[in-house]
Amino acid sequence: MTELAIIMMGAVLTNNFVLVKFLGICPFLGVSKKLDSAIGMSLAVIFVMVLATAVTHPIYMGLLAGFGIEYLQTIVFILVIAALVQLVEIAMKKYMPALHKGLGVYLPLITTNCAVLGVCILNIDESYTFIQSIVNSFGAGVGFMLAMVMFAGVRQRIETNDFPIAFKGVPSTLVAASIVSLSFMGFAGVIDGIFGL
Amino acid sequence: MQFVLPVGIVVGIGLLSGVMLTVAAKFMAVEVDETAANISEILPGANCGACGYAGCEDYANALAADHSVPTNLCTPGGDKVAMAISELLGVEFEGAQAKVAIVKCSGSREKTSYCMDYQGYQNCAANKLFYRGRSTCEMACLGFGDCVKVCDYGAIYIENGIAVVNREKCVGCGACAKVCPNKLIEIVPDNMRVVVGCSSIDKGSVTKNICSIGCIACKLCEKSCKFDAIHVIDNHAVIDYTKCTNCTLCAKVCPTKVIHVYPKKKAK
Repeated sequence: MTELAIIMMGAVLTNNFVLVKFLGICPFLGVSKKLDSAIGMSLAVIFVMVLATAVTHPIYMGLLAGFGIEYLQTIVFILVIAALVQLVEIAMKKYMPALHKGLGVYLPLITTNCAVLGVCILNIDESYTFIQSIVNSFGAGVGFMLAMVMFAGVRQRIETNDFPIAFKGVPSTLVAASIVSLSFMGFAGVIDGIFGL
Repeated sequence: MQFVLPVGIVVGIGLLSGVMLTVAAKFMAVEVDETAANISEILPGANCGACGYAGCEDYANALAADHSVPTNLCTPGGDKVAMAISELLGVEFEGAQAKVAIVKCSGSREKTSYCMDYQGYQNCAANKLFYRGRSTCEMACLGFGDCVKVCDYGAIYIENGIAVVNREKCVGCGACAKVCPNKLIEIVPDNMRVVVGCSSIDKGSVTKNICSIGCIACKLCEKSCKFDAIHVIDNHAVIDYTKCTNCTLCAKVCPTKVIHVYPKKKAK
């Protein structure tokens, strides 16, 4: 149980996908203008990450490792995740229109997002078990949400400020992102402290 | 022959996914409302929100789903769009009431003054927060042009310290009215030509001291109006545009000449 808690906390804070591992930067910069869309996008990412891990982990263990063709993992994972997310979107549109309205618009955006693919591959690299992988993916998703929501707040503050023209728009956003990322570097070692490792 | 297995596996997974998606798309297809898509094409796509819906698409969906929704809510589109939508939906065309913004302040630089030398962040909203704004009159136009910045049509500009609407360009979307911290801008039907250029809430005697054109709440306009369309509310005259007939009598009797009459609209 402690082990799962460590993986979870690690994925959220010390190994935050966006701010420490620099995966999924494009939705992080693109969809963080408003808090509403940031939350919607994050929920979609959590959902897709867990789902993708739940499917790719058995495929890797059973099919790829079984036949000794691990080198195909990237291509197979992209294929499977893209098809899966598309399928979920179609089903959601039909049976859960309300959820589709809130979450669905973000689904196609993250079908082959590097954060989603990254979490699947990292689970394999760390040789996590199935349960550990699911927990790690969920944690990564929550970490993504934390970064998105925090950064949406930062950006709303940036919007109302008067910058030199050269800094307006993207440059100020990137500077802000780097400072937020810097603050997350401060979490290194926190997990070890909490669990007395 | 060792490449057969990997290729086979990838092709297999690909085929399986493809078949799955095809079947899913067939069985779980959702009928897309074509009327809504067609209406979206007619609408200007400015997403200004003047219709009261969250953007053009939302309005199109509402129109497609419920035929009792008025077809003439789109002010930027005007009669042309309303007619096209009515034709598409087969409902009666009621004619769009084109709208225009009016500014209810006339306190230009020679009429009134500033009570501070404001050096802070140069916009109306910030200035308003810094002790109710730089103008001597609490309700005066602050003149930093927050309204100018939000206007997509270049229809409002700052002249001599106050906002002025170009009635030819204004489409009545109301973006400027939303940002004005003093709520000086109102959206009215564009055939209305009489505008009270003051929103002062001070007593007449106070207004007279700080602004040479401000409404002094003398009620002459109220007495002169034959249609019960103008009343002094909160120490300034307010026109009820549902009753006003553009007779301009109030403008003639106004002692401070704060009731302006705009020229008749040119036929487009």
